[in-house]
Amino acid sequence: MNPENLQVKIKAENLDFYYGANRALKNVTIECFDKKVTAIIGPSGCGKSTFIRTLNRMNDVIPGTRLEGKILIDGADIHAPDVDVVDLRRRVGMVFQKPNPFPKSIFDNIAYGLRINGMKNKRKIEEVVERSLRGAALWEEVKDRLNDNAFSLSGGQQQRLCIARALAVEPEVILFDEPCSAIDPIATAKVEDLIEHLKTRYTVVIVTHNMQQAARVSDYTAFMMLGELVEFDRTEKIFTNPANKLTEDYITGRFG
Amino acid sequence: MRKTRWTNVRESAIRAFFFTCGILTVLVLLGIFATLVATAVPAFRDITPSEFLLKTNWDPTSPEKAEYGILSMVVSTLMVTGGALLLAVPIGIGVASYLSDVAHWRVREILKPVVEILAGIPSVVVGFLGIVLFGPLIAKVFHTGHGLNAANGSVLLAIMALPTIISISEDALSAVPAAYGEASLALGASRWQTLVRVKLPAGLSGIIAATMLGMGRAIGETMTVLMATGNARSFPHGFLESVRTMTSGIAIELGEVPYYTTHYYALFAIGLVLFVMTFAVNMAADVVLRKYQEKER
Amino acid sequence: MRRSTRKKLVQAAGFLALRVAMGLVLAVLVLFLYDIGRKGGGAISWEFLSQAPRRGMTEGGIFPAIVGTFLVTVITALLAIPLGMCSAIYLNEYARQNRLTRLIRLSIRNLSGVPSIVYGLFGVILFVNALRLGTSILSAGLTLGLMTLPWTITASEEALKTIPDSYREGALALGATKWQAIRTNVLPYAVPGMLTGTVLGLARAAGETAPIMFTGAAFYLPYLPKSLSDQFMALPYHLYIMATQHHAIQQVRPLAYGTALVLIVLVLGLNMTAVVIRYRLRRKRR
Repeated sequence: MNPENLQVKIKAENLDFYYGANRALKNVTIECFDKKVTAIIGPSGCGKSTFIRTLNRMNDVIPGTRLEGKILIDGADIHAPDVDVVDLRRRVGMVFQKPNPFPKSIFDNIAYGLRINGMKNKRKIEEVVERSLRGAALWEEVKDRLNDNAFSLSGGQQQRLCIARALAVEPEVILFDEPCSAIDPIATAKVEDLIEHLKTRYTVVIVTHNMQQAARVSDYTAFMMLGELVEFDRTEKIFTNPANKLTEDYITGRFG
Repeated sequence: MRKTRWTNVRESAIRAFFFTCGILTVLVLLGIFATLVATAVPAFRDITPSEFLLKTNWDPTSPEKAEYGILSMVVSTLMVTGGALLLAVPIGIGVASYLSDVAHWRVREILKPVVEILAGIPSVVVGFLGIVLFGPLIAKVFHTGHGLNAANGSVLLAIMALPTIISISEDALSAVPAAYGEASLALGASRWQTLVRVKLPAGLSGIIAATMLGMGRAIGETMTVLMATGNARSFPHGFLESVRTMTSGIAIELGEVPYYTTHYYALFAIGLVLFVMTFAVNMAADVVLRKYQEKER
Repeated sequence: MRRSTRKKLVQAAGFLALRVAMGLVLAVLVLFLYDIGRKGGGAISWEFLSQAPRRGMTEGGIFPAIVGTFLVTVITALLAIPLGMCSAIYLNEYARQNRLTRLIRLSIRNLSGVPSIVYGLFGVILFVNALRLGTSILSAGLTLGLMTLPWTITASEEALKTIPDSYREGALALGATKWQAIRTNVLPYAVPGMLTGTVLGLARAAGETAPIMFTGAAFYLPYLPKSLSDQFMALPYHLYIMATQHHAIQQVRPLAYGTALVLIVLVLGLNMTAVVIRYRLRRKRR
């Protein structure tokens, strides 16, 4: 499934994932292309969040889980013994479902990732903070109040702050786990614009329960159900002419 | 890559450090048990275990024949504890019911920390109040010469056990699903009937656990009983007699006993019995508590 | 109709009984505080607080006991706070759900139920004898420290539990190591709560008598301790002595009351500070 001969950034091969005895992902094989937006849709509990969290190994922190199969980023297995999970997570940024700013100032939120990665030069940090906030289209709104607590921002602003925070550590991939489910429609539109913009520089994977959103922002769409990948194709194809009956039923709103 | 490896080593070292701290509690508990056993065992070179546990006479310093029976002390401990529970359990459940079902929530928010103050009063102060307040009162009411007896100890231990019993019982009552109470009220039961027939039975295991934790505290309490129960060595025959509990026995004699004598070891043997008793009570409370917390989920 | 009247009567009587129970508990508390406040207040003076006992402890003050209690509590804190916090960090941040973790939790719960006098016995064997610390501030403080440990662990863990997982995940997702996430994004927000919880434990330790009776507290010392390996006077033990062991008990009763008042103010003061801070923290978090 690679008609345009795009460069494959992420590749999952025969991926299985277990919470204890419960098999949450079943033999998922998928490719996400560089500098494209891939959307993952499907009914709640279909494993889409589980899947996206395997890409930066966030599921490692949940006890009692097990993964089988392979995930390759730039052709390298992210579970290989010489891969450092901490470095992986720096390269693969993540924006969570609910905005999760840290209880620090706006500035320190963005600077957090830089500091833990060992950046000490103040000038450089300020530079990156500004660039990241601009990258997340938040700079104009907060440039005069960088020292305010991040909780003083609105929900939508908080989410863009989290995006800026992810941008600051210069990832190659950004994962969005239902990034708009907790913010209002206007803020959602802003985040969607931003995602549109981000794909010029990053590989983006977004989980969403909102089909219109998937249609609007993504180049490729994967439809998952009950832990299985049902269909994966170009977004227009999925939404206009799906190959699978289940996909069709889902996007036409017959269930989900 | 080198930096990464160093980071990993550091992370493992930090984890190992915290693990060591975590495992320390297990070592302390085992250490206490092992120490008590090791120091108690030599006592049984001179005393038979049955003599130790079943004889009522404790007179280690007798010039003729030293005697090491702890039964009087065990019975005294159980008596004082039992008396304390007789007072504390009904009152404690009453207060817990009041807080969860009768009191306005604002009143409750004020009264709960007030009850906690009671838990904060040091046991030596409670013992002192036993001497100056309850002692004379008991002496006057029951016409005993002085008020330093088992009854006094029971009252004080009840006061000390109350905060535990109240707070855990109150948690248990609040944890009863609202639907139970509503269902009962909808059938025309009064709030009182609902409390007595639905909520209290539903919270029963929590209340039992609270009682047992209070019991564990009462058995192990030293200063109050040492100060307020009179410490007579004879076998107790009633609540108006002076009694010497196991904790008091240790407290009185350990300061004056020559080290490494049978008497010294025997005091640690009392400590061991005490440890085993409280351990058993606390474990039982734990099992009950765990069971009801599981049921809730 | 009659049935429902009866029902109402029963309920009124029942609720009255519950109110009486509550009233009884409050009455006891008020009686305690009032008696000690009134009779102890009369004994308090600058001299009482700043001088050593004199004339076979029939006159003078309790200064050495205040100093002793302070010092021994410091030792207790030095052992129990860091160890308690680190154990809590292990349990809440690192430990997996396995048998070993369950064993640790079981130990903690049981340790908090071990009678204080048993800690005293353990302190005699371990600190006084085996480690050759003698009867001293150090032995007594360490004994109290072990006794306080289960409380500080539980309190610290409670504080760690209030920190949302999103702080941890957010940090990890930015490439923080586990320890970096804990150090920079969990502990800064948990430490105030951990400290207030541990202060409650320390307040209880400061009022304890049985564990220090045989590990270092002295009947009477005419001087202040010069080092941590000296014996010391302590407020709770001093109260015990003044209340039961003194040769002129009736004569020194006012001094005993004064000691009780100082002890209770100290312990409840620490308690209340902790409770107030905890209450504020909870509010802030909402």
